Amino acid sequence: MVAVTLWGSLAAVAGGKNQVDIEAKDIRELFRKLAEQYPAFEPFIDRGIAVAIDGTIYRDTWSKKLPEGAEIFLLPRLAGG
Amino acid sequence: MAGVAVSTTINGDHVEYLCQPDETLLEVLRDRLGLTGAKEGCGTGDCGACSVIVDNRLVCSCLVLGAEAEGRQVETIEGMAHGDRLHPLQQKFLEHAALQCGICTPGFLIAAKDLLAKNPDPTEEEIRFGLAGNLCRCTGYDKIVRAVQDAASVMRG
Amino acid sequence: MNFDPRLTNRSFTSVGTRPIRPDGIDKVTGRARYGADFNMAGQLVGRVLRSPHAHAVIRGIDTAKAEALPGVKAVITAADLPDLTNGDGALYDILDNCIARKKALYDGHAVAAVAAIDARTARQALKLIEVDYEVLPHVTDVDEAFQHGAPLINEAIFTEGLEEKPVKPSNVHKRTQYGHGDIHKGFSEADFVIERSFRTEQTHQGYIEPHACVASVSSDGMAELWVCTQGPFVYRQHCAQLLGMEASKLRVTSSEIGGGFGGKTHVWAEPVALALSRKAGRPVKLVMTRDEVFRASGPTSATSIDIKIGARKDGTITAAEATLRYSCGPYAGMWAEVGAMTAFACYRLDNVRTVGFEVLVNRPKTAAYRAPSAPMAAFAVESTIDELAGKVGMDAVDFRIKNAAQEGTRASYGPVYGPIGIGPTLEAVKNHPHMQAPLKKNQGRGMACGFWFNFGGQTCVDLNIGMDGSVSLAVGTVDVGGSRASLSLVAAEELGIDYAQVKAIVADTSSLGYNDMTDGSRGTFSSSMATISAARNAIKVLRERAAQMWDIPADDVVWEKGHALAKGEKYGNLSPLSLKEIAAQSGTTGGPIAGHSELVADGAGVSFATHICDIEVDPETGATRVLRYTVVQDAGKAVHPTYVEGQYQGGAAQGIGWALNEEYIYGKDGRLQNAGFLDYRIPVCSDLPMIDTQILEIPNPNHPYGIRGVGETSIVPPLAAIANAVSNAVGVRMTHIPMSPPRILAALEASTSAQKSESIFGKHDA
Ligand code: FES
Ligand code: FES
Repeated sequence: MVAVTLWGSLAAVAGGKNQVDIEAKDIRELFRKLAEQYPAFEPFIDRGIAVAIDGTIYRDTWSKKLPEGAEIFLLPRLAGG
Repeated sequence: MAGVAVSTTINGDHVEYLCQPDETLLEVLRDRLGLTGAKEGCGTGDCGACSVIVDNRLVCSCLVLGAEAEGRQVETIEGMAHGDRLHPLQQKFLEHAALQCGICTPGFLIAAKDLLAKNPDPTEEEIRFGLAGNLCRCTGYDKIVRAVQDAASVMRG
Repeated sequence: MNFDPRLTNRSFTSVGTRPIRPDGIDKVTGRARYGADFNMAGQLVGRVLRSPHAHAVIRGIDTAKAEALPGVKAVITAADLPDLTNGDGALYDILDNCIARKKALYDGHAVAAVAAIDARTARQALKLIEVDYEVLPHVTDVDEAFQHGAPLINEAIFTEGLEEKPVKPSNVHKRTQYGHGDIHKGFSEADFVIERSFRTEQTHQGYIEPHACVASVSSDGMAELWVCTQGPFVYRQHCAQLLGMEASKLRVTSSEIGGGFGGKTHVWAEPVALALSRKAGRPVKLVMTRDEVFRASGPTSATSIDIKIGARKDGTITAAEATLRYSCGPYAGMWAEVGAMTAFACYRLDNVRTVGFEVLVNRPKTAAYRAPSAPMAAFAVESTIDELAGKVGMDAVDFRIKNAAQEGTRASYGPVYGPIGIGPTLEAVKNHPHMQAPLKKNQGRGMACGFWFNFGGQTCVDLNIGMDGSVSLAVGTVDVGGSRASLSLVAAEELGIDYAQVKAIVADTSSLGYNDMTDGSRGTFSSSMATISAARNAIKVLRERAAQMWDIPADDVVWEKGHALAKGEKYGNLSPLSLKEIAAQSGTTGGPIAGHSELVADGAGVSFATHICDIEVDPETGATRVLRYTVVQDAGKAVHPTYVEGQYQGGAAQGIGWALNEEYIYGKDGRLQNAGFLDYRIPVCSDLPMIDTQILEIPNPNHPYGIRGVGETSIVPPLAAIANAVSNAVGVRMTHIPMSPPRILAALEASTSAQKSESIFGKHDA
């Protein structure tokens, strides 16, 4: 079980909760379960969500493991210049 | 419109071409003669990317008509190296990494060559003002100025 | 991917040296081919007709006369690029931006295009196209567009992110919010609170090379596109989708690129050129003029930002708040959101809240510009921080050091930081001789910090070893400033060979797997990771081949300094085999030797910089000169230090231009008034001093060599650093960027009338 913190707009979609507990071993499973539990997340996942694991931001490595006790933070997927 | 027949010298070679009366030298060089080293950054004389030397004068080739080259000596970036021997400015631009994207480089090299021909030992300020007609968006000019300083000292021997 | 990207402790032979770049000779001899330097047989000239109105319904377009003009081979309108976006809103916006469908949304919006046998005919044809416009009220100012009752740009925009869906449409596409803690409590604990509003004007990336492409669509549906772009694979994807082609049938070759800085991450005229070519049945070359570049490509957001920060007497910040309104052009964006994320990222804050509003205006579609959105937010925050430090009575650097984020700090955008570099850059600045240098009358010094995320992304590299032992490295990230040199260095390092033995090229979209574009400072970070991985794969093959040549098990062969070594006493008589020797035999040991890598480079690691600058203001004219400038930034590991310095200097120079001169000026008619380099003045050589750099190397734990992206962060601090310097010189807080002479004079006047008794420049009298 990992505690996943949501950024503002996503929290609003999760009914105001800014943290959700999910049983997930990696980012892929996390997204799958989030989409199952919160169908309203799907457009956000389509638009792109980045996952910060202990402060390091991952945008595309969906196989990245979510270590026990790590801080998991969801952010919108950004691009640079 | 009837074309104008022009006979001129480019990088030491005799060249003849036909061009429209309103066609710029830059268009002639790039589109008719395949000399694409001079670049068009603005077409209005504001960026210096199209710099060439005509009869020992530095000009923006986007502001000169192709027809005006009649009987003159035109120097472009393609004529700057001698065979495979680079001009000291070219060499120093490489060594100092005075280019990032490199689009401004031909113009800067031509302008710097003209500057050093007139002032072989310029101060930093003279270099900065001498090259103020050439825009570079990548480098912040620091390495360009250093390359010109270094080339100037090599050329003075 | 069984590649381990983690940092390994090692010493370097090639990495960290400064060789000449492989594409250098071509660039100093004029041989390098940029977007406009390529031609195809039978090529036509493409030109685009643009709206003169900021906002107008397109009632109809009559192209008959243009089509009848001899020499015109194709005329297209939106009808020739039907909507195939299938509900993808972002792609629809790109399509609509390429060629307006129902409404022209800004001065310069493309409405039709022609392909003709030469430029003159094309220009004439444009004049013969008749567009029936119904001119609508427009709004170009971000604050005006934000107001209720402003002319509505898109009736389908209902502000997202509000608690309740609004009943009426507006120009505010989205509200976003970041932060943590309780700001009300935080402000109540503050002894000093500063509240200020700031504005920054819209700027352009200002690359010297205008957008240019040559498009060729054949009757069998195959197509080629030669184009200056930061992302050939992304251009391929967008063009293929918009034209209804299979991606593999469109081969995109990236030319040398004459600057991009984010502005060439996005298709503009390329789908139009392809559509023209498809209709005309001939190749079409389309090159934008400088006027078109300014009016219809690029720019950043214009912004309006409110900041409130509170601190205790001891200098601890207790709360911070920002409201950021960023213009997006006429389409939805996430520019304010990025501003909201980055605004306070440098600081350790218990109570922080940032709110971003994306505001539609009748200006060109906002595009990324080097650390997009961060410089404006940093300007507002760092100006307020400076002022607050003064209120508290602390030195500006010490105040920042006291409140700087560190490992374990919760970032204002959410996650908790790992090891980060803001502290070291501040310490370096504190100890830098620049901070102690004396100042004269009318001079001021300022400093500021900046943050940027940095990104990685999908990356793919082929490393082929020739029979002569030379190595060709094909990468898919466009080289915007020397990455072919850096990547050759990395390949040489990993293989243990000489830099001169490696030649890197940028491959086209048909020769290599998909790559994300060169953006987010990712070029060297990502492609070096893929290069290391490819080199390791090649080394595995080299070891196997050596084992064959020796007839021993591959496990007994190790790779060291460019040679295969047989390990163990029993092989004492086998002398090492060099890469060259193994390559020479490759024809009979199993064929060509290569290493490939396809990976997602992630974990780029956030980046920080701190800048110092000295300026002098002429109190008569209000003109500002930058006297001295110092950049301190963490590079993780500088692969080619000269090009790292170049990135620092270039970003600083762009920031200086933004701070002092550059701005889009719109008339009341909604038209851009300064669409050229004469009136949109970017810094020239005589405007700038040398720009000193100090590279810090705090290794990135998520890269085998510790490399971080370096391209973008350097544009974040300058706006604020210069604003602080000017404010210190004139004794008035500057709140509007650019600080052009009229704005400085106005500020001076306001201050003299406010404090008649005191000399404005009194505190620096030498
Ligand atoms: S193209 Fe001639 S000066 Fe810019
Ligand atoms: S190197 Fe890019 S414009 Fe000068």
